Amino acid sequence: MGEDSLSRVFSALADPTRRDIVARLAVGDATVGQLAAPYDVSVQAVSKHLRVLEDAGLVSRSRDAQRRPCHLEAEVFDLMTKWIERYRQRAEERFGRLDAVLAAMDDEDDGRDREGGKRAAPARRDQQGEGS
Amino acid sequence: MTMTDTGQSQQTTIEADPNVPTITIVREFEAPRERVYRAWTDPELVAQWLGPKDTPTRIDHWNLETGGSYRYASMRDGEEIATFYGSFHEARTNERLVQTFTYDGVPDGVVLDIATFEDAGDGRTRVTILSVAQSFEERDAMIASGMEVGVVEGFAMLDELLAAE
Repeated sequence: MGEDSLSRVFSALADPTRRDIVARLAVGDATVGQLAAPYDVSVQAVSKHLRVLEDAGLVSRSRDAQRRPCHLEAEVFDLMTKWIERYRQRAEERFGRLDAVLAAMDDEDDGRDREGGKRAAPARRDQQGEGS
Repeated sequence: MTMTDTGQSQQTTIEADPNVPTITIVREFEAPRERVYRAWTDPELVAQWLGPKDTPTRIDHWNLETGGSYRYASMRDGEEIATFYGSFHEARTNERLVQTFTYDGVPDGVVLDIATFEDAGDGRTRVTILSVAQSFEERDAMIASGMEVGVVEGFAMLDELLAAE
């Protein structure tokens, strides 16, 4: 999935009605009429929303069946979840390095005035010879 | 609130909002707020954790104050592979850091990062970073860029492996 498709998925899901439609399709396939029923909008309006979801690859509609039920393409969600998870992992890796930096910092350094720029590290008796 | 006192609370949580082009990252640290803020804002300490070991960060400019600015580069084998810059909109010691962020490769792109530092009890600190992009496209490209870099890194490692044969 390229960046454009990812953007389409995100913007398709930016609308609360479309999110609701997706949530209902997650339970099972449904026709446009069934999907439109609970809303105070026309079948045409729901069809419009469905088209956006179709363009994003989130929903497919069978061509042959007369009722043309809408079907949620779950694997697109899986892909999107993977991208976000990858982003999360990179953040977690970075914060794992920060954990190590924090663990190595001295308590007595807390609150020390920061004078900006480079400064000589003060002698720290309790860190001498500390192994890793 | 489903966080527990186990190691899970250490994990980064992330949310890409479907209604606005933002990313929210939350992470707790096993250190008091003053120390976390310092590690977050002292350039020498930032350079130790911002980038992975194979692409370390070289800080070129760092003026931490409200209205100040910063610039740094990601390095690989002593060569710049990417540069980033922005302003410190607000540096409120131990509480809040608001900055802009631009990747030189996408000069029109700018992200607003709002980091808040909260006492989470027991000497722990919760950091919440809200990143606001200009558009959904830019926000999603940010998320997708992690993937690209990962792939590029993978290829670079493969190159190395093949070269060593």
